[in-house]
Amino acid sequence: MTWSEMQPLLSQASWDTLYMVGWSTLIAIVGGLPLGVLLVLTDRGGLLQNVVANKVIGQVVNIARSLPFIILMVALMSFTRLITGTTIGRDAAIVPLAIGAIPFFARLVETAVREVDHGLVEAVQAMGGNTWTIVRKVLVPEALPSLISSATTTVVALIGYSAMAGTVGAGGLGDIAIRYGYQRFETGLMWVTVAVLAVVIALIQFAGDAGARALHRRGGRGGPAPRLRLLKAKEPDTATATDAAGIRRTA
Amino acid sequence: MITTSGLTKIYRSGGREVTAIDGVDLHVREGEVFGVIGQSGAGKSSLIRCVNLLERPTSGTVTVDGQDLTALAGRGPRASKALRQARSRIGMVFQHFNLLSSRTVQENVELPLEILGRSGRERSAKALELLDLVGLADKAKAYPAQLSGGQKQRVGIARALAGDPKVLLSDEATSALDPETTRSILQLLRDLNRQLGLTVLLITHEMDVVKTVCDSAALMERGRVVESGTVGELLATPGSQLAAALFPVGGDPSGPAGTVLDITFHGESTGRPVISQLARNYNVDVSILGAAVDTVGGAQIGRMRIELPGRYEDNVVPVGFLREQGLQVELVDPDEEAVDPDEEAVVNAKAVVNAKEVTK
Repeated sequence: MTWSEMQPLLSQASWDTLYMVGWSTLIAIVGGLPLGVLLVLTDRGGLLQNVVANKVIGQVVNIARSLPFIILMVALMSFTRLITGTTIGRDAAIVPLAIGAIPFFARLVETAVREVDHGLVEAVQAMGGNTWTIVRKVLVPEALPSLISSATTTVVALIGYSAMAGTVGAGGLGDIAIRYGYQRFETGLMWVTVAVLAVVIALIQFAGDAGARALHRRGGRGGPAPRLRLLKAKEPDTATATDAAGIRRTA
Repeated sequence: MITTSGLTKIYRSGGREVTAIDGVDLHVREGEVFGVIGQSGAGKSSLIRCVNLLERPTSGTVTVDGQDLTALAGRGPRASKALRQARSRIGMVFQHFNLLSSRTVQENVELPLEILGRSGRERSAKALELLDLVGLADKAKAYPAQLSGGQKQRVGIARALAGDPKVLLSDEATSALDPETTRSILQLLRDLNRQLGLTVLLITHEMDVVKTVCDSAALMERGRVVESGTVGELLATPGSQLAAALFPVGGDPSGPAGTVLDITFHGESTGRPVISQLARNYNVDVSILGAAVDTVGGAQIGRMRIELPGRYEDNVVPVGFLREQGLQVELVDPDEEAVDPDEEAVVNAKAVVNAKEVTK
């Protein structure tokens, strides 16, 4: 296969991947952020302490996280059809991607928000602030650098998930790598795909780190979250789109 | 201004009960700086957090500026609206400053005003005014991470004052600072207390803090207030641990034959040449074993340990002279270093008089 043959395939696939990952990230943030904050607030000693609610949310999140994505995708097919009217194509892939990423991001949000110094919460309580004020003015802004790191991790994980979504006809880079690289023995195209993925992930990671660091610099407390550094060290794994299980573990 | 009665806080964890505060009655007068001192674990931190109900007392009441806060608390763990409004009228500063790192200094000071729903222009005008008051007008756009500890605490104080509180609670505000910065922060608190008529309740484990700024003090031990009063009253109380700690005098007697006396000077008597008069009038040899003059709570106070030759019975007349001069005299028993009971009664009577003089 020559470059001129690969090029249109690759650009369409890249676009499909970005489209799926972009929308599902957005939905994951919108859904996961409140869920993660709720996990902290309802916990024992939290501002909205509610052990039952906490256990229920925690269990739902755990179950959703423990399902391998490819199974979640299949399990959600009827739900996907209900929402998008189809189970094939990139729009249909957004549904399981987003649902898979919400609990993933929620757990990261929980960790990030839990790290906010309780003294700050107390200070705002002493000023007469209510719980909503504390969430809006303390927990989220103070956790923002960590939240950006968490979002970056989520995007990288979603790129991995999206490769699996390729197997049900969603398109994207993972789909190309499997159909051409694996099934048609187009090893050249597969390596190009891997390279494109590596570059995309490196760029996303770089942007996320830079954002988190910029916010941290003014905050001045500690460096970027250790989680991110760990991920960086394992980046070669992440880049191999076909090694889907590997991505899940790293992410 | 702040009154607690029968305040008790019991923490329960895993079936075990820990009594952090045990029936504390405290009365802080309007416009005074009141210090609660005690070692770690004495319950002073729980006490101050009970005053604005960050910590819900197990029993007892807290009244701030005529308002019974314990009645406002409402049920459940969440603060009622009325309690939140009451809290916004009580400023609080913290040991670790608790500034939001995501906001600039000015935005930090504006935070209480945002909660009060003030307009943007009003907020920034007030914030700049307060930053000017605490001497940080040039740091408005800086982030807390760029400030030193003392500067951070100044921001904390400016923030605490944003809601125009009548009461300021200070939770170990200087404990994370070096001695020099501590002095400047205490000076600031004192100035604010004078300029704004602010009532300050501070807790600390440093005796120096009490000595520098407090009008009144209470000593806490294992959840109870064991001594409390104006600094003058405390110094005039024989055997007061706080007085002894605030104002230690030492010195061992030269021999077993002498009479050792601790003399406390307050107010006017500080300036008079009492000792030389004593020596001249009664022709006794006075040895000074130890002495100190200091300013406590804005009043000059001196303490001196002297030795007169002969037993106490032989020195009744000179001791009477010292008492006539308005001094507080305590006999130091060379063996027990304690006051004998008769003596105590006399000194107590005197103490009340002295206390009145000082508080004037």
